[in-house]
Amino acid sequence: MPADQGTPTHDGTSAPLLVVEHVTKSFGAVKALEDASLEIYPGEVHALVGENGAGKSTLVKILAGVHPPDRGVLRLDGQELALPSPLAAQDAGIAVIYQEPTLFPDLSVAENIFIGRQPLRRGRRIDTRAMHRRVVELLAPLGVDLDPQRIARGLSIADQQVVEIAKALSLDARVIVMDEPTAALSAYEVQRLFGVIESLRSSGVAVLFISHRLEEVFATCQRVTVMRDGRRVLSRPVAGLSADELVRAMVGREVVERGAADQAQGGRLVLEVDNLTREGVFVGVSFRVRSGEIVALAGLVGAGRSEVARAVFGVDRYDAGRVLVEGRPLKKASPAAAMAAGIGFVPEDRRLQGLVMELSIASNIALSSLGQVARFGVVRRGAEQRFASDWATRLRLRYGRFSDPVSTLSGGNQQKTVLAKWLSRHPRLLIVDEPTRGIDVGTKSEVHRLLVELARSGVAVLMISSELPEVLQVADRVLVMREGRLVAELGRHEASEEAIMAAATGQVEVLAR
Amino acid sequence: MRHEPTAASLSRPGGQPVGAPSAANPAANRDVTTALPEAPLPAVQAALAPKTETRAPNRLRPLLRWESALVVALAATVLVGAATSRQFLTSANVFSNVCLLYGELAIMTLPMTLVILAGEIDLSIASTLALSSSLVGYLWQQGWPMPGVIAFVLVTGALLGWVNGALVTRLGLPSLAVTIGTMTLYAGIAEIVLGPAIITNFPSSYTTIGVNPLPGTGQLLSFSAAVFIVLAVLFGVLLHATPFGRSVVAIGFNKEAALFAGIRVKRVKTLLFMLSGLTGALAGILYTFRLSTAESDNGIDLILPVVAVVLLGGVSIFGGKGSLAGVVLAVLVYTSLQSALLLTNFNANGLEIVTGGLLLLSVLVPNAGQLASRARSLAGRRRLGVAAHAQLKDGTP
Repeated sequence: MPADQGTPTHDGTSAPLLVVEHVTKSFGAVKALEDASLEIYPGEVHALVGENGAGKSTLVKILAGVHPPDRGVLRLDGQELALPSPLAAQDAGIAVIYQEPTLFPDLSVAENIFIGRQPLRRGRRIDTRAMHRRVVELLAPLGVDLDPQRIARGLSIADQQVVEIAKALSLDARVIVMDEPTAALSAYEVQRLFGVIESLRSSGVAVLFISHRLEEVFATCQRVTVMRDGRRVLSRPVAGLSADELVRAMVGREVVERGAADQAQGGRLVLEVDNLTREGVFVGVSFRVRSGEIVALAGLVGAGRSEVARAVFGVDRYDAGRVLVEGRPLKKASPAAAMAAGIGFVPEDRRLQGLVMELSIASNIALSSLGQVARFGVVRRGAEQRFASDWATRLRLRYGRFSDPVSTLSGGNQQKTVLAKWLSRHPRLLIVDEPTRGIDVGTKSEVHRLLVELARSGVAVLMISSELPEVLQVADRVLVMREGRLVAELGRHEASEEAIMAAATGQVEVLAR
Repeated sequence: MRHEPTAASLSRPGGQPVGAPSAANPAANRDVTTALPEAPLPAVQAALAPKTETRAPNRLRPLLRWESALVVALAATVLVGAATSRQFLTSANVFSNVCLLYGELAIMTLPMTLVILAGEIDLSIASTLALSSSLVGYLWQQGWPMPGVIAFVLVTGALLGWVNGALVTRLGLPSLAVTIGTMTLYAGIAEIVLGPAIITNFPSSYTTIGVNPLPGTGQLLSFSAAVFIVLAVLFGVLLHATPFGRSVVAIGFNKEAALFAGIRVKRVKTLLFMLSGLTGALAGILYTFRLSTAESDNGIDLILPVVAVVLLGGVSIFGGKGSLAGVVLAVLVYTSLQSALLLTNFNANGLEIVTGGLLLLSVLVPNAGQLASRARSLAGRRRLGVAAHAQLKDGTP
């Protein structure tokens, strides 16, 4: 059981510097953090890991003073601490370094570090020389050579992070939180960052290090806390912990019972993606989807899954490779061509991409099939409503009137509207990106059933999902992406939450083919 | 023939001739950019606009309210006009001070409505009119047959629109910036084409359509007004009853969702700009024949009244919301108001204030409810927005 094993097992030579005690935070009906706890000691690098949605970012935001917790307390040096604002967090000595820092691009490195607190000399003029000297003093122990007078524009992300770290030190930060700092860095830059982190640690700063890459946890951290579903499930010294244990703690839940084991027999080939590359986003992605098959694209947020789907559908361009539908090459960057070839695409964000919220339910469903509801070039409202009602009934859409704006529907019914829009086109290939995000449990299982039925009727389904139970329940085959590459292909019997997470975090590379 | 430019006319947004119908006021307001309404860039507006309200009100109801408000305004204008001047309701006034004077302006509001509904704007349409007028004069002077001149000018107009569309869709530039540029560019080309020359020797078979009432309309309608009526019906059907019109509205509300629905967003926008250029050219031809004069700055100051009337018609500057009926009503309100003021010898400065006030009202009033509710829910929204952002980052639903 994932009971709280979070008894701190620090060597006990010092008291914890920062303590998070039983913090709960909800956003509407969503509990982002539930009774989460964390202790960070001075002079340690503490890793915080967990799946997407485990609550890491919310915890970071609470420490940054962006969100106040609903319940629970924060303590610094044993003193209770309130962080009503980012400024309060800064005053308390807590600094957060984000994945992509936001510097003032036209100011120099030194000005960025001392923005609003520039050292002054007589007549309230900025003492530029003193400022530059201070920057050199700040950067020297970090082992980084950066010209204080250099303009921030054009600095690499790694250098920008260093500027933020220097700023944190100039503010006498005692706790530095790094939210996935390595996600956008090259291997060399990661090594340099580790050097910086080590020098911070040895000077007594506590570092909270958030990363999806488990090898980094083992390389730099002394202790690790694993979060899952808003709770802490483990807090232990890294020494003596295996990667396997860590992955299991992250995944945790009981493996969900799979749906009826009607393993799709290879139908005809519907989609072939061949060496698809979009520079800086994904590289050399190749896979196939057959009719009657549900293929899941799994991986962490930011691994490039949605981007591949968008490129296939033609919303985005790609730089190299090709896409074939039923053996015929598909025109690049043209959703209209993809639709003509029989592809439907339920996008990730239904409010911004899937629906025109101000238009009526009927208009939204008919929006991708305008040619079908028009006669002699004129859209007939009656035809539009009849067209919409067909799939609305089949999907058990709950609505007031078809002429109501789609924004009046609940999230689940909005998602059904998007599905109806595409299903009414009778697609050969349906791409669904996070098909059940933010919808209620009942509708969720309806959507799962629908996807399985569609596959049974011969439609090829490509599903992107960050919810592993969903992937395991619905998919016949799982493709795992990590950092823009396809790193594993798992058949129904090989796929497990552990195997997928291991591939997604880079613990194992089971190269496809 | 021509008025001396007055200080007032230099900054008058309408720049409409106040005096006799045939008296153009070409010197009025050449520097149109300085008189632009203080509208933020479309991108900024898009960011400000609450695009994803959870409970949007029925879209039709406020629209109907706005249109009924315009009907009331029209009735009030007509009543006041009739009360203050005995000439107001005469066919001579309707013909010469409404139809003749404002025919081209009215025609240009039609494509502008569609362009603004799609979330863009075409500020170069009046310059297209001017360039078309210059081309009519130049080509006629070069001895081209008039049907050839007309065909060439219409094609050129569509091409000028295509240039706008290509700059906006292929380079991804904001149309506000692009068409401010082409507004000046096309006006400049017009001056190169014709220079300071004024061409007036057009065949009377063409110029009479500009000054004589259309037969069979009881001395009421000018040729340009009839063109407006026909085009208004065509544009109304195009906007409200065709897949193309549905695409325009979808793009205006949510460009990204339209793209994901397979709508060819770039093509639709390019076509809209071409339609705008084509209509601008048509207006240029009509303008030239009405005045029997081709001049390089013909109608160049019509741009702001055109935009003002479209907004007065209830079309949202944020795109998506609005109807052609509203714009037609706004055309009637605007033109009857102008003619009523004209007949009462209203002070030119006062005329300016009325036009400017109308423009402000048309932006303020339709958004008043929205502004108020935005203020009310600001705190709540902010909390929700942060929460949504946190969830996005977290990847949780």
